[in-house]
Amino acid sequence: MDHIKAGATGKEFAFRVVLALLCAVIFLLIAYPLYFIVIASFSDSTLVSTGKVLFFPKNISFFGYQEIFKDMRIWTGYRNTVFYTLFGTLVNMLFTLPAAYVLSRREFRARRILMFFFVVTMFFNGGLIPTYLLMKDLQLTNTIWVFILPFSVNVFYLIIARTFFETSLPKELHEAAVMDGCSHFTFFFKVALPLSKAMVSVIALYYLVGHWNDFFTALIYIRDTKLQPLQIILRDILLSNQVFANGAGTGGDAGGYAQRYADQIKYGVIIVSTLPILVIYPFMQKYFEKGVMIGSIKG
Amino acid sequence: MRSPKGIQSLVRDYQLWIMILPAILVILVFNYIPMYGIQLAFRDFDFTKGLTGGEWRGLAYFEQFIDSYLFTDLMRNTFLISLASIVLGFPAPIILALILNQIRKKRMKKLMQTTVYLPHFISVIVLVGMLNVLLSSETGVVGHFMKSIGLGHINLLASTSTFIPVYVLSDIWQHCGWNSIIYLAALSAVDPQLYDAAKIDGASRWQTIRYVDIPALVPTIIILFILSMGSILSTGFEKIFLMQNALNLPVSEVIATYVYKIGIISNQFSLASAIGLFNTLINFVFLFAMNAISKRVSNTSLF
Repeated sequence: MDHIKAGATGKEFAFRVVLALLCAVIFLLIAYPLYFIVIASFSDSTLVSTGKVLFFPKNISFFGYQEIFKDMRIWTGYRNTVFYTLFGTLVNMLFTLPAAYVLSRREFRARRILMFFFVVTMFFNGGLIPTYLLMKDLQLTNTIWVFILPFSVNVFYLIIARTFFETSLPKELHEAAVMDGCSHFTFFFKVALPLSKAMVSVIALYYLVGHWNDFFTALIYIRDTKLQPLQIILRDILLSNQVFANGAGTGGDAGGYAQRYADQIKYGVIIVSTLPILVIYPFMQKYFEKGVMIGSIKG
Repeated sequence: MRSPKGIQSLVRDYQLWIMILPAILVILVFNYIPMYGIQLAFRDFDFTKGLTGGEWRGLAYFEQFIDSYLFTDLMRNTFLISLASIVLGFPAPIILALILNQIRKKRMKKLMQTTVYLPHFISVIVLVGMLNVLLSSETGVVGHFMKSIGLGHINLLASTSTFIPVYVLSDIWQHCGWNSIIYLAALSAVDPQLYDAAKIDGASRWQTIRYVDIPALVPTIIILFILSMGSILSTGFEKIFLMQNALNLPVSEVIATYVYKIGIISNQFSLASAIGLFNTLINFVFLFAMNAISKRVSNTSLF
């Protein structure tokens, strides 16, 4: 008996050691690149580019950030993206949540056929070219509306919201409200929404992140530089190497020097552009599992 | 008899109709009109006549695509990238969920989860930008590491042999944690009595994973697998597009990026629509085939 127990605890111990090691490796693999970008963004760029900065920032220098904050493109992009994100998400919620509520009402007769109408679009779409030509015909290209209207209803999130309303609002609640003379409008705003804060925040976060990270829309439909969102500016800086807006430091003999600072600016731009998402992330995290579970298990 | 009843319910539910009308309109305009526009794949595009006005060409544009010298390359690249993403990327979140589920200490688990979900929120552009600075063979931290272990100057971003590994591994890095949430949710729904029973039978932790956790995940795994098969030919256009450069183009040009170039850049709308439709059809074939197989084998299916 004792022998078996000892064997079992030995095994258990080995299991724990392997588990801890695995977790440590996974943690480092995911966290280190992020950590490195942070320290590289304010370390001496020569030391970074020669591989001397590995675990701690060295010879702290904020040159990269100074250049970024001087760059008007970043500010314009930031302002545009913040606007598209906030306004877009507002429209998303206004269009998606009431529709989801309606689809969750069992007494609504058109419910099944409308569900089908929405779900079909998850599996079948017209593709890039017909969509592009439609946007042109509607004269949405080169306007702010192209960021807002076409994406105002995401069917996947609509279904998550519908399932949530369906499972979390007891039938008796609605019956009681109707007895008190409550219409659908008031029930939706006064009862359904306040009871669904977790779901509403998860869906708002999904939409927010979607708008914030969207670059494809601008790539295809926007030519006017004044309307460019942050992600397109980031592409110019990070991928097309247009680091210095006013052309400073791009002269012949300054080449190596410019490249070093270009890298530092890139590290900084990555931080500056990702910061807002990272700031709201911890507040939303507790809802993630709940939100995904709601949407998936009973979809 | 029916129509008065219909009108009656329309009157009764007028508030509901008002609430759902905006969503119906948006989907109708931005999703259904483009579907109608698919006809473009069978017609000559005519600027003056719009989406559906040009001359009928039948399957001419499909033939043009299949006969073109790029066809085999495009198909091979698209398949290879999708296949590699599925073979490596699909099991990764399952394994991660099983590992995270084993952590007993609440705070440790929380820290791990916060960390592994995080990269999901980084935009594609920033991710590709990170790859560019970190993997640079001259100045990147990975480049220095490779030099120090004697691998020398391989430019990971501009080589035909490393494009797919870099693409797939960075994708796993970014989304593995997030995709594990759904499996974690499924694991948290396992009846605790099953664990107790396993313990009483003397099962080790490894055996509990093998005989309790994994079977509990199977339905979720099958559904997600079917869905991923349905998109086998439409993987990550944005990321591939951003990672493309002249040197890796022979392996990185896929159907989606080609449609963009043919259609949006060089305005051959009909040909691009045909290629896009071809892509969609293959996706459908995969989706239905996998669904049918899984229905036979495991009684789990999407529809």
